[in-house]
Amino acid sequence: MKTKFFYLALAAVLAIAITGCGKKEDTNEQPVANSNAKKVIDTSTVGSVTGSVTLDGKPVPAKPINMSAEPYCQKAHPNPVVPPEVVVDDKGDLANVVVYVKDGLADYNFDTPKEPVVLNQQGCMYDPHIIALMTGQTFEVKNDDQTTHNIHPMPKDNREWNKSQPPGATPIDETFGRAEVAIPVKCNVHPWMKSYIFVFKNPYYAVTSKDGKFTLKDLPPGTYTIEAWHEKYGVSDQTVTIGAKESKPLTFTFKTAAASGD
Amino acid sequence: MPETEKLQGVHRFAVATAAVTVLLLMAGALVTSNDAADSVPDWPLAYGRIIPPLVGGIRYEFAHRVFAATVSILTLVLAVWLARSGTRIARKLGWTALALIIAQALLGALRVLRGHPAVTATMHATLAQIFFVTVVSLALLTSAWWQRDLSSLDDRGSPRLRPLAVVTTAAIFVQLILGAGFRHGAFGILPHLVGFVVVTFLIVWTCRAVRKRFGQVRDLRRWGVLLQAFLGTQILLGVAAYWAVVQAMHATQPSMAYVVITVAHVLVGALTLASSVVLTLSCYRLIRPKAVVALRSAMETTRTGGTRAESSRA
Repeated sequence: MKTKFFYLALAAVLAIAITGCGKKEDTNEQPVANSNAKKVIDTSTVGSVTGSVTLDGKPVPAKPINMSAEPYCQKAHPNPVVPPEVVVDDKGDLANVVVYVKDGLADYNFDTPKEPVVLNQQGCMYDPHIIALMTGQTFEVKNDDQTTHNIHPMPKDNREWNKSQPPGATPIDETFGRAEVAIPVKCNVHPWMKSYIFVFKNPYYAVTSKDGKFTLKDLPPGTYTIEAWHEKYGVSDQTVTIGAKESKPLTFTFKTAAASGD
Repeated sequence: MPETEKLQGVHRFAVATAAVTVLLLMAGALVTSNDAADSVPDWPLAYGRIIPPLVGGIRYEFAHRVFAATVSILTLVLAVWLARSGTRIARKLGWTALALIIAQALLGALRVLRGHPAVTATMHATLAQIFFVTVVSLALLTSAWWQRDLSSLDDRGSPRLRPLAVVTTAAIFVQLILGAGFRHGAFGILPHLVGFVVVTFLIVWTCRAVRKRFGQVRDLRRWGVLLQAFLGTQILLGVAAYWAVVQAMHATQPSMAYVVITVAHVLVGALTLASSVVLTLSCYRLIRPKAVVALRSAMETTRTGGTRAESSRA
């Protein structure tokens, strides 16, 4: 009798584990209904914020990636590849910094862009390294490699998914329904493949290119908190007030540990 | 056929199953250390096939699944074999092992299909330890030594070794859960460090009690020595693993040193628990329960008292 109860209890625990412990499959994640927003931007008054992001100090040289676990990836790179985490030129211009309006924006109506944002897997590396898009915008993942990848974003507020993409497979199209910053993306087949996705409710964001420059255009007049995010150097905030048709310059400077005396 | 001879085959099979389980634990630890747990997004198939493309992290995840399937088959055979020839307790334990490995497979599927590594992976790692010690216990219970007529020992020390060994085993088990929780992001390092202090104290205490009270009993002494040896190794590996984890925090990919040290730390943790379980079971096999000792003492006192009364009457 006792044995029967034991196995029944074990089965019950299992059933609870399977049905109850999983992540929420349906997070009720729906694209933001932008059309319900109340305000419409007066395009005759919009201004912009233009600037650059620099790095003060010499970054610690990154170790080259060891791709020996996958001969295809190793062959794709005859020369050693370093992770694209700190991309900085001789002048200190810092790439892959996400600059965006963190605060101060009223509840405007924004259209979701029709064109997808593409993340390509090429030579067992993500291109681009940082992705920014709007809620509801199509996020397209392509695999140009002749090897298998899995794409695994690990958001906190959006739905987590993990999909495999063998060579020649059709692109994967997904959307993110909720605004969320710095969603880590991984390929668990090739653990050096890492990226970040930024999802915004508005179009006021930019990712710095190699020259460290950015532009947030068509901003309605107002006072905004602008945040710059870098995966190694953290975040930096600045407040800026834009008048009608005004263009404001803005410079962000991150410091290496050596430069900041840490 | 005598009981001992009947169990010889199943004992060997249980030992083999335990050995393959060690390999399974190693394969599982390799998956985590190589950050390859999500490299195969589907289950029970892998990339829709029985054998997926064996590249990168998929190799670790697939090897883990192959070992898991092997151990499941071995456990099924073991449970059936024990049902036909084992003792009552061994039969029950055999079916328990089978239920555990099925539960473990389902938890593994849950980990793959539903994510949440902090919860599912910690549960998966915990159940792995329970399954391992169940198979190790089966190997001990079916051994010729366990079946033999053994002289019982009296434990007159305090606290009694039997409950002390149980507490030590329980503490090691909790420590392994805390370690798995830290590894999979459920807890920070602090609970595991506190657990380390508690477990070290309890193991040293238990082994000291074994040495002082039963130093001449080889069957207890050897397990105590083994437990202490694993503890020493595990402390060194723990320090190294902490260093490796700190180094890996900002690394682009897991280094060889990180993988080797953390996998060894997981394995020696499991072996520490297993040796503590064996010591505990051996204590229960060899040392008389407290009540029996008390009864014997009472009988001896009565006999002595009676003899004294008779002599005074004479």
